[in-house]
Amino acid sequence: MFEFIHVLQNQAFMQNAVIVGLLAAMACGIMGTYVVTRRIVFISGGISHTVLGGMGAAYYYGFNPTHGAFVAAIIAALLIGFVSLRYHQHEDTLIGALWAVGMAVGILFIYNTPGYNVDLMSYLFGNILMVKRESVLFVACLDLVIISLVALFYKRFLAVCFDEEYSRLQGVSVEGTYLLLLCLVAATVVMLIQVVGIILVIALLTLPAATARYFSQSLGKMMILASMFGAVFTTSGLVISYNQDIPSGATIIVVAGLAYIMATALKGLASRFRSYNKK
Amino acid sequence: MNKTVVEIRNVDFAYDDILVLKDITLTVEDGSFLGIVGPNGSGKTTLLKLILGLIHPLRGSVRVFGQAPERARPSIGYVPQHAEIDSSFPVSVMDVVLIGRLGKAPLIGKYRKIDMEMAEEALKEVEISELRTHRFGTLSGGQRQRVFMARALVGRPEILLLDEPTVSIDGRVEQDIYELLKKLNKKATIILVSHDLGFISTYVNQVACVNRSLVCNPTENVTSDVIGACYGGPVHMIKHKCEL
Repeated sequence: MFEFIHVLQNQAFMQNAVIVGLLAAMACGIMGTYVVTRRIVFISGGISHTVLGGMGAAYYYGFNPTHGAFVAAIIAALLIGFVSLRYHQHEDTLIGALWAVGMAVGILFIYNTPGYNVDLMSYLFGNILMVKRESVLFVACLDLVIISLVALFYKRFLAVCFDEEYSRLQGVSVEGTYLLLLCLVAATVVMLIQVVGIILVIALLTLPAATARYFSQSLGKMMILASMFGAVFTTSGLVISYNQDIPSGATIIVVAGLAYIMATALKGLASRFRSYNKK
Repeated sequence: MNKTVVEIRNVDFAYDDILVLKDITLTVEDGSFLGIVGPNGSGKTTLLKLILGLIHPLRGSVRVFGQAPERARPSIGYVPQHAEIDSSFPVSVMDVVLIGRLGKAPLIGKYRKIDMEMAEEALKEVEISELRTHRFGTLSGGQRQRVFMARALVGRPEILLLDEPTVSIDGRVEQDIYELLKKLNKKATIILVSHDLGFISTYVNQVACVNRSLVCNPTENVTSDVIGACYGGPVHMIKHKCEL
């Protein structure tokens, strides 16, 4: 632990890692709340995996892979959102196809990129210790965009997530709101890829929010609590992975998963206890 | 003569190739309390959705206050069947009622003070002010129904549409809800869908039986023959008061 604090004080890479972890936690708490309550976990999974296509293409053409990821994520969000609104009955099949094709395209691009072969593993599983200072700034900007848009459209997002039909009767463009929500999920995904990589993104997007849901009365409180859980999971995962010299992304997810399982068990016990007392 | 608020003329409606409603003509006058009855799958809810403009007729026309249904929406309150709602969603009763102000509140930012006050008032009207901070998912069926009624009322509607408001509610609570509707009928036209014919007949002043087509003329007294024709067989009838 002391060694970790020492490194944190002296090494820029560890400072970047902790800051990115905390910034990402804020976004994953806010957007994760929508993902969990609106039940768009599979859709978010589709967006995050399709992103590899954009990262691969950016890498092949010599752009920054993170920027490629951002463009790909927004395109994937709009495409998948369109599919889910228009072809609702075949939604899962079509999203499954986009998911796999996006990844395949990414792998082909990366394979065909001449010269030093990029570490595919770091895209897939993330490496928070490799995050650069400029990425910190990028993530901070995305955070700012997400927080301000959610603050502006809070009541509209709530209405559309809770009761789509009634929102439509209120004259709200349900489709537009839904697509905007998915774009914000996409921005969050890009952020989280830096922390845990493409494959584990979905866990960080859902587990803090799902844990927070057990203790929240309102959507706003769930967001705050989920962000706090996210911050605890990423930071403690980072500390453990550094001390044990194990992969950081996977450690963060295991910590989050264990916390979720414990919260579920606790909640189950509490409701058993209550019904027992009633008897 | 009362003015006409809803006018449905020769309407056909089909989901894919299946004709759900055939040649429906129905007019609803200001201040009525219309009960739409019919067996399950007879197209009752479809008829409500046509009046709301959520779906459009294959043939014929639907006018609300002489306008297209979409344009009349600000004056319509709607209470959906609550089975379609996710009860684990973390929202308070107040949050749900405020959704009824969404169309009239500013596009971005928070609800205004006036919206909050009107929501409080609507909760008072349906007699559940004390539940305003409760989580929606923890409420009983009857309480949820009242929350949805408050959400419909908060927009100050001139027509109130209710889809099976008493399904999965026990008898006594059901009666409370109908008493409440009777009170609300003084301010608004009410159109109510129910498969439970016996009970509503003591409260409504018009009945329309739907089974793909409109079987009985709502302006005539309802007899057991007509109801039988609607359900395709004799139905046990309780008391009927169709006063017109």
